Amino acid sequence: MGKDANAKRLGGIVGTYAVLIIFAAISIYPVSRIVTISLRPGDQLLSTSLAIIPDGASLRNYVHLLTETQFLRWMLNSLLVSIVVTVTGVAFASTAGYGLSRYKFAGKGAMLSGLLVTQMFPATMLLLPLYVVLIKLHLLNSYLGIVIIYTATALPFCVWQMKGYYDTIPFALEEAARIDGATPWQTFRKVIFPLAAPALVITALFSFMTAWNEYVVANVVLQDTELYTLPLGLKMFQGSMQTQWGLYAAGSLLVSVPVVALFLVLSRYLISGLTLGAVKG
Amino acid sequence: MKFLSNHSEKRKAQLFLLFLLAPTVVLVLAVVAYPFMFNVVLSLSNMNIYHIRDWDVVGIQQYVAVFQEPKFWEILFKTVVWTGVNIVFHVVIGVFLAVLLHQKFVVGKPAWRVLLILPWALPQYITALTWRGMFNYDYGAINLLITKYMNLSPVEWLTSPFEAFAAAILTNIWLGFPFMMVIALGGLQSIPAELYEAADVDGASPWKKFWNVTAPLLKPVMLPAIILGIVWTFNNINVVWLVSNMGEPNDQTHILVSFVYKAAFNAYRFGWAAALSMVIFVILFTFSQVFLNRTKATEAAY
Repeated sequence: MGKDANAKRLGGIVGTYAVLIIFAAISIYPVSRIVTISLRPGDQLLSTSLAIIPDGASLRNYVHLLTETQFLRWMLNSLLVSIVVTVTGVAFASTAGYGLSRYKFAGKGAMLSGLLVTQMFPATMLLLPLYVVLIKLHLLNSYLGIVIIYTATALPFCVWQMKGYYDTIPFALEEAARIDGATPWQTFRKVIFPLAAPALVITALFSFMTAWNEYVVANVVLQDTELYTLPLGLKMFQGSMQTQWGLYAAGSLLVSVPVVALFLVLSRYLISGLTLGAVKG
Repeated sequence: MKFLSNHSEKRKAQLFLLFLLAPTVVLVLAVVAYPFMFNVVLSLSNMNIYHIRDWDVVGIQQYVAVFQEPKFWEILFKTVVWTGVNIVFHVVIGVFLAVLLHQKFVVGKPAWRVLLILPWALPQYITALTWRGMFNYDYGAINLLITKYMNLSPVEWLTSPFEAFAAAILTNIWLGFPFMMVIALGGLQSIPAELYEAADVDGASPWKKFWNVTAPLLKPVMLPAIILGIVWTFNNINVVWLVSNMGEPNDQTHILVSFVYKAAFNAYRFGWAAALSMVIFVILFTFSQVFLNRTKATEAAY
């Protein structure tokens, strides 16, 4: 009996690790392919080798990408757009979330569910009318339109997120601050805002990623390659399989490393933030 | 005097609330509510490439045209398959990995979690474009793997309709399971260990423990994530659009949202696309209302 149970336990342990290893391998493999292709020398782009470090590995694709293409320009464009969206997103979501968490007012329920409903809009639902408006206002090929659209896209999730987090902060803290003579703004700014740091981090990350990774809207609004953001630029490389596959891979890696690192470092917060959102709404 | 100060306090509070909410409300009204109304108008109009400036409201004929389009029904069916298959795999793989990872004896949990979250962390468009490369007939890793190690013949992933659709689904399964895993891991942490100890005393098998303890307690955490997952997957244009390169071969690899995107921005059938957008929204909205009522998933939220 004891022996049998031990054998079962051992089997469970071996099986668990086997499955984890297989799925970890599946997770990493596509990324390892990007690394491989980015390191291939020019004459081996059309290779059928599956070796992880290719023969004659070189960094030529990276050098080419950084010196002879518009890659750095696109990166600057993407950074600019993403930072503006992050700052606005955090400012708007942190205040609106606070209002929705702490005050009762007419239309509050409608506002909360209205924000949820926006998540069900297909991409074209807002993009098509906005496209028509942007043409009229001559805002095609400008960042203003895109920044506004991204911020509005990220906001519903961020507002819910922030509200859920504020809900867990006890009222007593605000009452204490009030008694000390703080104005509502001071109470919010000095007491509650710093306490909400974990939720703010998620909001910032989510807003940044929304802008940094967005392709579909940018594809419609930005037409001048000078103004391209990274997704549009990389898609252009990938389009011509033969010649620029190495550039695409090198670029993808450079684009992904910072966001992936950020995401993984913050994933701890992300887990608590998301489950909080899921449980508390 | 007291009344007065109360009154001005109240006014101050109202002003502060206005200050908190106004930016978000204005932005959402301008970029969400207004376009939504405008989309309703467009869906009733004849706006297209021939009527860009001189368009008129013509009634419900665009809606009629949507339902008369034979491709609409085919693509609706495909979208349902796309959503169903993806969500089932996301949830099953995600919960399975979370349960494995949650076991006491697993060492290096943070490291495993990082490795398994990787597909979620990678920008979606890079995932899609990279998998498109991996599905290439001659040089893609998938065909090389299955011919070299499994002795199978290469598959025409991107050039036959069924295979191209399967390729998009495989890509999306890959990028979607970590989200469900993360949610499930969070849910597992809140299940008290005593419940498992009690089950052990009763001599319950792992399978029984999963169905009688884990599954019911994970349900309230997973349901909102599943609804969100369904809505996101139904509307996920990136993967289908980029893996199939705008619906190749021959516009046969579409879900509704990529189909309507193409109609709008490649064929400039604005009125028709606006009507189809409304139809997609109504489908999702109805579904989520029914689903929410059935499962009472938001009970905790209100």
